[in-house]
Amino acid sequence: MPSEPATATRPGLTEQLKGGLDAPICLTWEITYGCNLACIHCLSSSGRRDPRELSTDEAIAVIDELHDLQVFYVNIGGGEPTIRPDFYDLIQYSVSRGVGVKFSTNGSTINAERAARLAGMDYVDVQISIDGADAETNDAVRGTGSYAAARQAMDHLAHAGFGPFKISVVMTRHNVEQLPALEALADGYGAQLRLTRLRPSGRGAETWGQLHPTQDQQVALYRWLIDRPGVLTGDSFFHLSALGEALPGLNLCGAGRVVCLIDPVGDVYACPFVLHPEFRAGSVRDPGGFAQVWRHSELFIELRQPAAAGACASCGSYDACQGGCMAAKFFTGLPLDGPDPECVLGHGEQMLAGVAAGAAPSPGPGHSVPVTLSARRR
Amino acid sequence: MPLTTASRAADAPPAPTPPAPASFDASARYRLDPQVALRPEPFGALAYHYGSRRLTFLRSELLAEVVRQLGEHESVEVALAATVPEPDRPAYRRALASLADSRFIVAF
Ligand code: SF4
Ligand code: SF4
Repeated sequence: MPSEPATATRPGLTEQLKGGLDAPICLTWEITYGCNLACIHCLSSSGRRDPRELSTDEAIAVIDELHDLQVFYVNIGGGEPTIRPDFYDLIQYSVSRGVGVKFSTNGSTINAERAARLAGMDYVDVQISIDGADAETNDAVRGTGSYAAARQAMDHLAHAGFGPFKISVVMTRHNVEQLPALEALADGYGAQLRLTRLRPSGRGAETWGQLHPTQDQQVALYRWLIDRPGVLTGDSFFHLSALGEALPGLNLCGAGRVVCLIDPVGDVYACPFVLHPEFRAGSVRDPGGFAQVWRHSELFIELRQPAAAGACASCGSYDACQGGCMAAKFFTGLPLDGPDPECVLGHGEQMLAGVAAGAAPSPGPGHSVPVTLSARRR
Repeated sequence: MPLTTASRAADAPPAPTPPAPASFDASARYRLDPQVALRPEPFGALAYHYGSRRLTFLRSELLAEVVRQLGEHESVEVALAATVPEPDRPAYRRALASLADSRFIVAF
């Protein structure tokens, strides 16, 4: 057995991870595009179920494959994942195969009985989404009644003794000031607060311009996070690390390297925020399944090559920020080898000003429910 | 460069600061916690603790090997003597101590 030097010459972990892993660490699986809500920033433009959705048998086969690849846990989302009639069977099966489950829900289907069922399962983590500390702020983004429904689900989980669930909040211009209230809300439930970054993906492409935090709010958020290493972020704010001390976690864009998405019809994308043909690597329905796509798709191999720093090359903060989020750049029409649209040094803003109207790639219509009389009935 | 890196990529809860951190005793027998799974990777292995949901990168193949076989040796020192070249052992001892702190390895 050759010995490895314990120190020196060992490339940094970030560099090693850029070359990709044998299987993803952070795999998101959106199991349906169906949703009872219509959040204005929905990353997957969800609404209608897709008739080509993976069947229960196909979903079971995906779980078997994740087991074989030793994927330790899967982030299940949607759409609203719990509206699939086989949802509880699928998560139970996944856990039984050693693939832990973290799922995101708007909470509207979690009644007392389901909360009790969840409380009885090992290795299942629940994230309830709200986007404001009060109904007014939340419902402006997520729809009328959604705050009350989410709180009710939290109450049910608390009563059932589920333990520390997560409260997941997308940071917007309208809720950064509510951080103390959100923290208090989580503390009141013994829950964990999880904050993630708004990206201009899906329906968010239309609303990002009005919703994303201002520069001052980004600085305030950074300081708040530095003081609270216990707040979860899914490592989504690494572009803020250019402000000083790095935030804890992996500071790199993991798309196709440590992260990927399986969508409801089995298509594999580089990350949940790039549902666009350009970032589609293949399908779990292709011969060879998911492993083939992860290991050999042209797109993923390309994403694992060292990336050019482009316009960020001269920036002293490049090591910390790595030029930010690929999805944010792509859907705002910025070059991928340049600054993030929310670059904390203001370089993104400057470049955004130069993007011609209509030049940014369209996320397409997705599965949004057209607002018609028939869709409003009920 | 440390041989292990704890990651929050798994969105694990922050490490509960143990009131009295279990002091690591290299002369005692340790083993991988039964709730930990190891996955081989080009840089060594990924270790995941299903209980705490924490993820740690074992950043050398040899370290992954040592950890995997730890329980078969009567002490940590014996395991190190059997696998790790002498000059490297202090670094491996530190790596194992940090894995013991985060409960990836536990005393028998
Ligand atoms: S594209 Fe953005 S959201 Fe996706 S992995 Fe990269 S940094 Fe994260
Ligand atoms: S110029 Fe690029 S690397 Fe520097 S802070 Fe802005 S986005 Fe990050």
